[in-house]
Amino acid sequence: MNDQNTAELASLSGRQWDLVIRPRGRWFDLQLADLWRYRDLVLMFVRRDFVAQFKQTILGPAWFVLQPLLTTLVFVVVFGEIAQLSTDGLPRVLFYLSGNVVWMYFAGVLTATANTFVSNAHLFGKVYFPRLAVPISVSVSYVLKFLLQFLFFMGFVAYFHWQGAEISFHPIIALFPVLVVLMALMSLGLGILFSAMTTKYRDLRFLLDFGVRLLMFAAPVIYPLSMIPDRWRWFLMINPMTPIIEAFRLAFLGQGTVSIGHLMYSAFFTVFVLTAGIALFNRIERSFMDTV
Amino acid sequence: MSVVIQVENLAKQYRLGEVSTGTLVHDINRWWHRVRGREDPYLSITAANERETSSDQSYVWALQDVSFEVKQGEVLGIIGRNGAGKSTLLKMLSRITAPTRGEIRMNGTSSSLLEVGTGFHPDLTGRENIFLNGAILGMSKADIRSKLDAIVEFSGCARYLDTPVKRYSSGMVVRLGFAVAAHLEPDILIVDEVLAVGDAEFQKKCLGKMKDVAAHGRTVLFVSHNMASIRKLCDTGLWIHQGRLQKFGSCEDVVSDYLSSVSADQAWHTSVDQRVLSEHQKKPNLPVYITSVDLRSAGQAGVQTMDALTLRIKYRAAERFLNPGFMVSVQTESGVEIFRCSNMPIRGQSFAAVNQGVGEVRLRIPQLPLAGGRYVIDVAFARAGIEHLFRLNRVATLVVENTDVFGSGLEISQDWGMVVVPHDWELIEGDGQGNG
Repeated sequence: MNDQNTAELASLSGRQWDLVIRPRGRWFDLQLADLWRYRDLVLMFVRRDFVAQFKQTILGPAWFVLQPLLTTLVFVVVFGEIAQLSTDGLPRVLFYLSGNVVWMYFAGVLTATANTFVSNAHLFGKVYFPRLAVPISVSVSYVLKFLLQFLFFMGFVAYFHWQGAEISFHPIIALFPVLVVLMALMSLGLGILFSAMTTKYRDLRFLLDFGVRLLMFAAPVIYPLSMIPDRWRWFLMINPMTPIIEAFRLAFLGQGTVSIGHLMYSAFFTVFVLTAGIALFNRIERSFMDTV
Repeated sequence: MSVVIQVENLAKQYRLGEVSTGTLVHDINRWWHRVRGREDPYLSITAANERETSSDQSYVWALQDVSFEVKQGEVLGIIGRNGAGKSTLLKMLSRITAPTRGEIRMNGTSSSLLEVGTGFHPDLTGRENIFLNGAILGMSKADIRSKLDAIVEFSGCARYLDTPVKRYSSGMVVRLGFAVAAHLEPDILIVDEVLAVGDAEFQKKCLGKMKDVAAHGRTVLFVSHNMASIRKLCDTGLWIHQGRLQKFGSCEDVVSDYLSSVSADQAWHTSVDQRVLSEHQKKPNLPVYITSVDLRSAGQAGVQTMDALTLRIKYRAAERFLNPGFMVSVQTESGVEIFRCSNMPIRGQSFAAVNQGVGEVRLRIPQLPLAGGRYVIDVAFARAGIEHLFRLNRVATLVVENTDVFGSGLEISQDWGMVVVPHDWELIEGDGQGNG
């Protein structure tokens, strides 16, 4: 009895609780401390993705570079040789490879994180951990994969340079880390925004899978922005990945159509989707087990 | 002792049925009410959690107005029938899903164990999975590394540590999973009925570990159907009935009240899992579907050892088929088969055909030889004697009461063996050639 009285007194006197679970959380509750406590989990997820992906394969991690390489070869034949599309005067292999490496990162993270809730439903239904750990770990593994593919790309750049191709670095190369962070956060933000929305209405997932494939044609992956007539260019510029791909080409190959204004647009877009994505994600993670 | 968990007016609402365009309409309507500062229109039309009565309302309260407190170092046993809302309560306490109303306040770190081996990846080795599973449960890498030896020893899987988990037997996976969980050191441990899996020796080990945890001043919340282990482990009991708190108090009181209510209610003894049935009925292109399964004993109260038992299986056949085969398998909860009945080939009773339309298959067991405890039943159909059509795993649960079969004063439970056989003893002294 005595104990109960003290407990009541404690709660009346506004005792601090470590954790309070309420029906509705705040819209923007990052729970960064919680996420930091689970940092080892993020790393374990990354490790799991890498190790599990290549168990029982012969070529193993070689697939990381084979994917963009084979796609590039197909592009060289179809869009280059047959359709004779311009590549801004750049060697076709380098042009398509650079576009592919960047686009594959974006499309990969977007489709993988958009499935966060649906493909981890079983795990989420049995144990609590900050749900953001999953999309973040996906982003980290894709960044590692991207860096590997980037090194591969640089190998080609070195080879073509040695062969005497007309390519050069541009000072914008200093912005390379910014570009990587920008595209990582943008695809993460878009991905979690979609993941939150697909939990209840799966229609969006079809829309996304399909949309990402179509969106590639509205990005300068298979043709340069400079090839597009001025009055249509705005249409391509809506795609926030356009400036990033163009900046990437300009930095490492010396050809690309991009301005600081374009990059600012991408940056604003990133901040917007990331904020909206986190807010919606927080909302959904608390109750998605009831709807998934 | 201070209060470490405080639950106040907790409630959870679920929507029944599938997500479709109707859901969108509800969502928009709900949002529109919220924008205008009104109450959610669907909260008021929600039915109480009564599994047996069907209702047209598409929302249900899985849990309603539950309030209680747990003090530090207390072991709380949560009991109730299937579907009473125990798991829903655990899910909210574990932060897996948010409550619809009410509040939970906690002090200290908490871990929940709703399943063993959550997140195991079949392609990773035992060692890799220990690290992965530990991280999922909230341990840091350094933490796991320092406990690795103890975990491996507890699991008894040392030899297979570098083998992918997909090559493990299911028992080994469970042992490994529990070994990781057993080395968590939270202030509050929430455990669902994970002990129902694994063999008797393993279950004993788990219970011992949970006692250990409690002895170290940690708080434990424990859901189980096994009243013996609840009695052994818990100080306090919480009984949930149809989503509401029925009784909260000393463990002994709550368990005995619960048990007397259970034996007064027959339906529980032969509960049929409707989910298994409805999933079966959704399967396309079967020539025959089971529409209901019903278990009856001659006894007025529950099923007792040596009772006559009748199992009635109603079916609807879409087409006529020849030479039907029916099979019923009775197993322990962990899935060990105790006996099997079939018209062909075991019993040698063949039927010419099942005609199109509805009908009923009856299996009579004149003397049920099972000791007191819970059992699960599988039902399977075949045609043309051997061609397998389907098997409904765990479609029904049978609870046999502990029964004083021989009038010896001992009520025989599973602790005395699963099967009770009539037997007689004789002691013959001398060279055995005596009276014969």
